[in-house]
Amino acid sequence: MAKEKKGVKIDHVSKIYQDPKTGKDFYAVHDANIDIAPGEFVCLLGPSGCGKTTILRMIAGFESPDEGEIYLGGEPINDLTPNKRDTAMVFQSYALLPHYNIYDNVAYGLKLRKMDEKTIKEKVTRILGLVGLEGMENRMTNQLSGGQQQRVALARALVIEPGVLLFDEPLSNLDAKLRVDMRNEIRRIQQEAGITAVYVTHDQSEAMAISDQIIIMKKGIVDQIGTPHEIYYQPKDEFVADFIGESNFLHGTMKSIDGGSGVASIEGFDVPIAAVSELEPGDDCTLVLRPESALLADKGVLPCKVSLSRFMGHYQNYQVMVGGTLVKITDFNPKNHKIYEVGDEAFVDFKPADVHVLHGEGGFTVENI
Amino acid sequence: MATAQGASLDRKKLMADPIMVSTIVVLVVFLTLFIIYPLVILLVDSFISDNGFTFDIIKGVLAKPAFRTAISNTLIIGAVTGVLSTLIGLLFAYVEVYVKLRTKFLAGLFKVVSILPVVSPPFVLSLSMILLFGRSGIISKTLLGIQDSNIYGMRSIIIIQTMTFFPVCYMMLKGLLKNIDPSLEEAARDMGASRWKVFTSVTWPLMLPGIGNAFLVTVMESIADFANPMMIGGNVDTLATSIYLQITGNYDKQGAAAMAVVLLSITFIMFFVQKYILEAKATATLSGKASRQRMLITDRSVRVPLVVLCSAVAIFVIAMYICVPYGSVITTWGRNYTLTTKWYEKVFNLYRGAQAFTDSFIMALIAAPLTALLSMIISYLVVKKKFALKGYIELSSMLAMAVPGTVLGVGFIRGYANGLFHTGALQFIYGTTAILIIVFIVRSLPTGTRSGISALRQIDKSIEESAYDMGANSFEVFMTVTLPLIKDSFLSGLVTAFVRSITAISAVILVVTPATLLITVQINEYANRGEYAVACAFSTILILITYAAVLGMNIFIKYFGTSKAQEED
Repeated sequence: MAKEKKGVKIDHVSKIYQDPKTGKDFYAVHDANIDIAPGEFVCLLGPSGCGKTTILRMIAGFESPDEGEIYLGGEPINDLTPNKRDTAMVFQSYALLPHYNIYDNVAYGLKLRKMDEKTIKEKVTRILGLVGLEGMENRMTNQLSGGQQQRVALARALVIEPGVLLFDEPLSNLDAKLRVDMRNEIRRIQQEAGITAVYVTHDQSEAMAISDQIIIMKKGIVDQIGTPHEIYYQPKDEFVADFIGESNFLHGTMKSIDGGSGVASIEGFDVPIAAVSELEPGDDCTLVLRPESALLADKGVLPCKVSLSRFMGHYQNYQVMVGGTLVKITDFNPKNHKIYEVGDEAFVDFKPADVHVLHGEGGFTVENI
Repeated sequence: MATAQGASLDRKKLMADPIMVSTIVVLVVFLTLFIIYPLVILLVDSFISDNGFTFDIIKGVLAKPAFRTAISNTLIIGAVTGVLSTLIGLLFAYVEVYVKLRTKFLAGLFKVVSILPVVSPPFVLSLSMILLFGRSGIISKTLLGIQDSNIYGMRSIIIIQTMTFFPVCYMMLKGLLKNIDPSLEEAARDMGASRWKVFTSVTWPLMLPGIGNAFLVTVMESIADFANPMMIGGNVDTLATSIYLQITGNYDKQGAAAMAVVLLSITFIMFFVQKYILEAKATATLSGKASRQRMLITDRSVRVPLVVLCSAVAIFVIAMYICVPYGSVITTWGRNYTLTTKWYEKVFNLYRGAQAFTDSFIMALIAAPLTALLSMIISYLVVKKKFALKGYIELSSMLAMAVPGTVLGVGFIRGYANGLFHTGALQFIYGTTAILIIVFIVRSLPTGTRSGISALRQIDKSIEESAYDMGANSFEVFMTVTLPLIKDSFLSGLVTAFVRSITAISAVILVVTPATLLITVQINEYANRGEYAVACAFSTILILITYAAVLGMNIFIKYFGTSKAQEED
């Protein structure tokens, strides 16, 4: 549907803001490098204040980068005002024009492009069909539910056939169930329209569900870029591992390395690891272990003592102590084997392939200005 | 730090929008020429003599005993009026927000009181004061039999100003009281405080900055007031009237300029205290919206005295307003109360009334839409845009609020009678209708800008951004999104500007030439000559015009307003 899918390249882009309280400058975005292929669905994910929305607003043109250049479809666009850029944004608050009905809202961009009535009508009708709002052209926006307003906002952005579609936390005002429906819908429509999309969210499950690529941001810095699978199973540091899903961090040292695999020493116990890269024996390391990847058993890798055991319905929730380290374990089918009680001695068991190794303390330092 | 790139890109984007750039240029030129420059020329007049910088001119003015008396008169009147207006305003606001009113009648009374000063010309109350308590007043002569009642003087100015300005305090404090969370007071009640204790220990401290704010606003209004002291001051001069007399009586324009600078410094100090200290505090202490409905006071012991007091004041004020139209239709005030149309005949046949009304009406009609549009554009730029001269535009349009009309009038005389900086440039506009219209615009601009800014702040920024993102340029965004969304505010700005212009006197009385007749100037003249019935007739027609304008606006908003359009369909 789009005239032309366009890629977005963010080249060494920084944005500096002034802290309103102290009056000191700080980097809202620092040296961001992002390459988005045409037709890709990319999520910018991170906690609030990490700079993800700033990047989106720089692509749209509402903010100007202080360093670096942004390219859309290979063309530099730094100089262009928002109305001259081939982007369309879906706003968090939907930002529908309250004095127009649905039809006029969707037709707004087309009218500005001086298209003739007939073409406008065709395009609006088709796009309203795509988002499932056919026959509602004459409703005013305040007569719509949140989900419907969301669809109008999406239709309005899609109808002008932009090179890239921008989403600024579009689902955050919807209730939980509708949010899941709408994100599937957005993904479906993006695929059907075959359009490049950049999507800002702080909801990790939303990002996992709809993205081709996820960009994790922290304090203005692009921390990791990867597919949802890579982000989950090969987090670059503790921040990513902790932000996406739940993680246990086991600190220790590398004991031996044998080709690709190796053995780490955690709380004095040997832990075999399937994949070790760029580590030498004796190096500090941190093992990332997902709670659902570990089991509690009578035999296993690390001996432990159960300090919490709670029945949650579809899983059993454990907290155990391995020496001085707290380890969380989620057991999804405890009835099939044994349920441990507080005070029981047991072992944490997992496969060598289920742990991911981070260098050193796994920590992450942010360059300060 | 490489902020330079971002700033220069922002600038480039701005320049890519020629309509926006030219709008800013036009605005800056307009504000500089007609707000900043007249004030600058006053300073130049007062501090620059042939031998360069000097304090002698100001010293000379301050050495005059009459002028010193005028300063102290002005400050005394201002302070007393401020206190009284704030107290009465507070009483009204408290009764409306806190006390359960049994009848619709009282609510109606309150509404009338709040709207009267908006639609009435400034000196109506002075006129009716003369009619009620003057030498042949209904109360002084007919009822009490006093033969030589003298009402001219400071006491009357204070009474009149209090009655004129307390409704403004009432409206300000009403908004403030409504924002006090009732649970704060309930908590104090719950811990055993009496109603009076609750008022003194909770309500009063919470309101204090707001009360200070209302007080200072009133004092500023009182100090700047020209029409009432002029009409009822007798031999008591205030700063505003002294300046006027210095020009019209003594033909001393430079002295008037120095006096204007003195008046201006007083109002500026108050303006900055009010705007930057009290206003911020007033909103900071009461940022939260009331969480739920307040339990209204139903105690007879509280309700009855408060309600009686308010009703008495309200009825008195309304009675005073009624005096004026009444005075225009009776044969001889104080003696013969038979109805007559002879005063109206006199106005139109002898005193060129038709021309006065046409002149005033047409000029206000031209000034109003220009003011409304200008103030909306300024508010739009101030609220929604970032650019280098934004601070200058915002400050100068707000500054105009602190400039008394008389000062502005002197500034225009000094600034344009001999051209820009006395060089002859732009001299041609002096004495024209255009400069009167500009004075009207400058006088109403701050109010319009203020209400425009608060209306625009309520529009989610992303609504305009979305239009911008869809491909609209600044002009298209303003016309298709911003303006439709603030239609109501625009319209009320239009009508306010119209009413303010047609009832304006303080600045224009100095700038107007005999070729143009203004209703307000006529009223002032006939009242000074003692032809009160003619002044009443002029005033009555003026009140009718302004009332019709306000009524028309309300009807329009009711049927075509934004909120209505969204409800339908």
